[in-house]
Amino acid sequence: MATIAAWVKIDEACAVEGLQEAGEKLDGAEGEVMLDLSSLRRIDPGVLQALEAFANKADEKAVRVVLRGVSVDVYKVLKLVKLASRFSFAT
Amino acid sequence: MIVKEAVPERVQTPLATSGLGAERIAYLDNLVSQARTAAAVFSQFTQADVDRIVRPMVLAGLEQAQYLARLAVEETKLGVMEDKVIKNMVATEFAYNYVKDKCTVGVVREFPDRNLVEMAEPIGVIFSLTPITNPTSTVLFKCIMAIKTRNAVIFSSHPKAWRCCSEAVRIMYETALKHGAPAGVFTCLDAHTLEDNAYLMRHKDVGLIDVTGGPGAVKAAYSSGKPALGVGPGNTPVYLEKTADLNTAVVDIIVSKTFDNGTICASEQTVVIDNEIYDVVLKKFADLNAHICTEPETQLLERTLIDPRTGFAQPMAVGQRATDIARFIGLSVKPDTKLLIAPILGVGRAHPLSVEKLFPVLSVYRAKSVDEALKVCIDVNHAGGLGHTAVIFSRNDEVIRRFGEVINAGRIIVNSPGSIGALGGVYNDLVPTFSFGCGTGGGNSTTDNINIFHYLNIKRLARRTQAHMWFRVPNQIYFNLNAVENVRHFPSRSTLLVTNPALEQIGHVDIVRRSIPPQTHVHVLVIPDAEPEVNVVMQGVEALNFYQADQIIALGGGSVIDAAKIMKLKYESPAADLQELAAPFLDLRKRVVQYPTEKTNQARLIAISTTSGTGSEVTPFAVLTDKGGGRKVTLADYSLSPDVAIVDPQFVMSMPKALTADTGIDCLTHALEAGVSSYASPFTDSNAMQAIRLVFKYLPIAFEHPHDVEARSMMHNAACIAAMAFANASVGINHALAHAFGARFGVAHGRANALMLPYVIAYNAAVPTKFMPSPYQQGYVAHKKYATIADLLGLGGQSIEEKVKNLVTAVERLLHQLEFPRSIAELGITREEFERAIPDLTKLAFDDPSWRSNPRMPLLSELIELFWMAYQGRGVPQEARGLQPQAG
Repeated sequence: MATIAAWVKIDEACAVEGLQEAGEKLDGAEGEVMLDLSSLRRIDPGVLQALEAFANKADEKAVRVVLRGVSVDVYKVLKLVKLASRFSFAT
Repeated sequence: MIVKEAVPERVQTPLATSGLGAERIAYLDNLVSQARTAAAVFSQFTQADVDRIVRPMVLAGLEQAQYLARLAVEETKLGVMEDKVIKNMVATEFAYNYVKDKCTVGVVREFPDRNLVEMAEPIGVIFSLTPITNPTSTVLFKCIMAIKTRNAVIFSSHPKAWRCCSEAVRIMYETALKHGAPAGVFTCLDAHTLEDNAYLMRHKDVGLIDVTGGPGAVKAAYSSGKPALGVGPGNTPVYLEKTADLNTAVVDIIVSKTFDNGTICASEQTVVIDNEIYDVVLKKFADLNAHICTEPETQLLERTLIDPRTGFAQPMAVGQRATDIARFIGLSVKPDTKLLIAPILGVGRAHPLSVEKLFPVLSVYRAKSVDEALKVCIDVNHAGGLGHTAVIFSRNDEVIRRFGEVINAGRIIVNSPGSIGALGGVYNDLVPTFSFGCGTGGGNSTTDNINIFHYLNIKRLARRTQAHMWFRVPNQIYFNLNAVENVRHFPSRSTLLVTNPALEQIGHVDIVRRSIPPQTHVHVLVIPDAEPEVNVVMQGVEALNFYQADQIIALGGGSVIDAAKIMKLKYESPAADLQELAAPFLDLRKRVVQYPTEKTNQARLIAISTTSGTGSEVTPFAVLTDKGGGRKVTLADYSLSPDVAIVDPQFVMSMPKALTADTGIDCLTHALEAGVSSYASPFTDSNAMQAIRLVFKYLPIAFEHPHDVEARSMMHNAACIAAMAFANASVGINHALAHAFGARFGVAHGRANALMLPYVIAYNAAVPTKFMPSPYQQGYVAHKKYATIADLLGLGGQSIEEKVKNLVTAVERLLHQLEFPRSIAELGITREEFERAIPDLTKLAFDDPSWRSNPRMPLLSELIELFWMAYQGRGVPQEARGLQPQAG
């Protein structure tokens, strides 16, 4: 059974930085990491880029990324840029 | 100054991408990826967000209009700087004026009366090719359209207009970005090759290709397999008709043809002028500094400006001044010459100047008649201009209309300049654009002026509609004993009383006659007691005409009343085609064939029923037998409904037992089928339920005690009430089966219904193999309605299944009481005979319109199964004996 290595809440005001910090924590992580995106009402290209970088790093470390609290609008953007398949989603 | 090869030749652009290296592909992929991200992010923007970006972009375009125009002319060496300024301003200001209040996010249009809402979905990434002729204006226009619709655009400009286009994209992009647009929303290829274009046209993340350019690029876009807006060249015919305001026409043509040196593809190419005004018009052109070419000069233009190999205009002349063109080809003209006008004698390869010329050379043709003028315009239209633009100057509305009918052009500009007129919003109310859809004639998918709605996917939210229903019956129904006396209230000069021999014999006709006012001339027509035939109906129509009748009284069962309905129809509307009126239909309100409303005669129809089953006195149906054609014709329309119905039990007191049972079960079947019909409504339900209650209570009494006035009276009422239900909710599969079986084996209709009834109830109450589309019902309710009927009859039971079972048993018990055979086999029909008939029976039943309102859609295999169940017969009736209907 996978253990949750990290649970990170991403704040809309500094989402890129938050994701970068979370990416650094991946170095020692195992199993699964959960990102809480419930404060993100909208997503911009910078955050998308940071999310993609985070997903790439998680892949390298064989860490599963679970996104929590994703709004419908943000979920649609992730589908449009074909990033949704890189993550698992928790309600 | 003449620029050689400013426009590429019209050759098909190949879609090959083999020439691209890995580095170039990575570059192109990256462009698309950026655009895709931008478009995805953009999808979250609200209408207010979008509108906040559009306005400053428009202002930036207006501010930079002159700068961009100058860049365009310097780089392309085409057109007129001042005119390009105007183009840039039209592309921004006029476009904005059109789009500023348009909804392009979320709900864009609502149709409350249709329960429809249209919503916008962005396309995503648009790959856009822009032309050399209108480079910066096209870019400005497309950027505004894209932002308004939340799309990202990758621009690929014409190689010889790259610098000015890139600058236009930069200005738009920086302004958009500054006001909140997502990064990457516009990109422009750094330089491009045909391979780049081919690669991007086929890229999986490009949603739409929007090409404004030559036929090669348009064809490549359409060949890519992607959705494309491809807008290419034209060849605009102009008809200058003799009633036109000539001064306005001549100036408009000069304005248009010289605008940006004729680079707009909607500009005038060949002007067809009526003979009567030809010389005057040419004089007016000459007075305004147009050079009218002599024959040798025209030949010089043909030799130098048209490529003899392709038949197309030489690219070097595109967008050049008339004086420069003249100097280049060695034609002597005045220095202030605006336009070269070349008279031509026809259209086609033999007349080279009849093609599109995107420079200030105009061909003119002298037409001797309107017909000749229209034909020449058609020729020009078909010589490369299909679907694009055409122009007419005339004050004759009929000629304008004819021109519009015969010319295939997305824009037909009337009494205004073609090029600026086609752009929209300046001389008319066309949608402003810089891309002209040319329809299928031009190999395009639209004839529209391309604008925001072509940059959107429109989603339609279609809510379930509450279709209007109806409850229509004769507005006067008289019932109870001696109700026939009400006939005296209907004044008539001449009445035709239609009846059958038996009723005349037993004195029923005399009873009716006694109720007819004495001053009325009464003529009796006795017809056979059988389903009416065409010749019988026509005899009746002859009689009606002969006696000039204003009233028909139908005294009889269904056959007589049906005959009278059709007589009335043919008497009032002699041209009515009965075969055509019998055409099948699915929904009464959408039927193809309409019943006549214009009447040459008028007659009131009073229906007096003498059986308690068909209810024809209140229904809109009539069955006619066409023996010549070997078929039955069922007519259905509310105009067939009698005007007055008389439900007087004195006419049914003498019905024999078998007829009482048959007609009574027909009535019960009407009520049960209307009750579960997919067209059932609270109005029909109330009638159906009451009729069922009356049948269960009074039919056994009327059967056993024929002289019981109350039972006869109530059964007569029940038949009429059940008919009011099925006249509006129709019947179902039981009737379809019974019609087929009864016709094949000569079994009375009510008896045939009885043989099928228990199985049909059980069938309809089970979960359907196939549900019937039923916009009038909320879910599947047949089983619940049967259960309600069981409750109404006091049959007991806890669950719905139990109640349905009790209803089936109660029906079986009633049939037993009425001495019906238990099976088709009991009628003496052998198994072999029945088996041979099954294919025909099934086909007939399935073709029968009755089941269209059945709650369950029958499969052919299910029809066969039902026929066999009826053949084998129902179970032992003893088990039903304990179930007595309780309802009073």
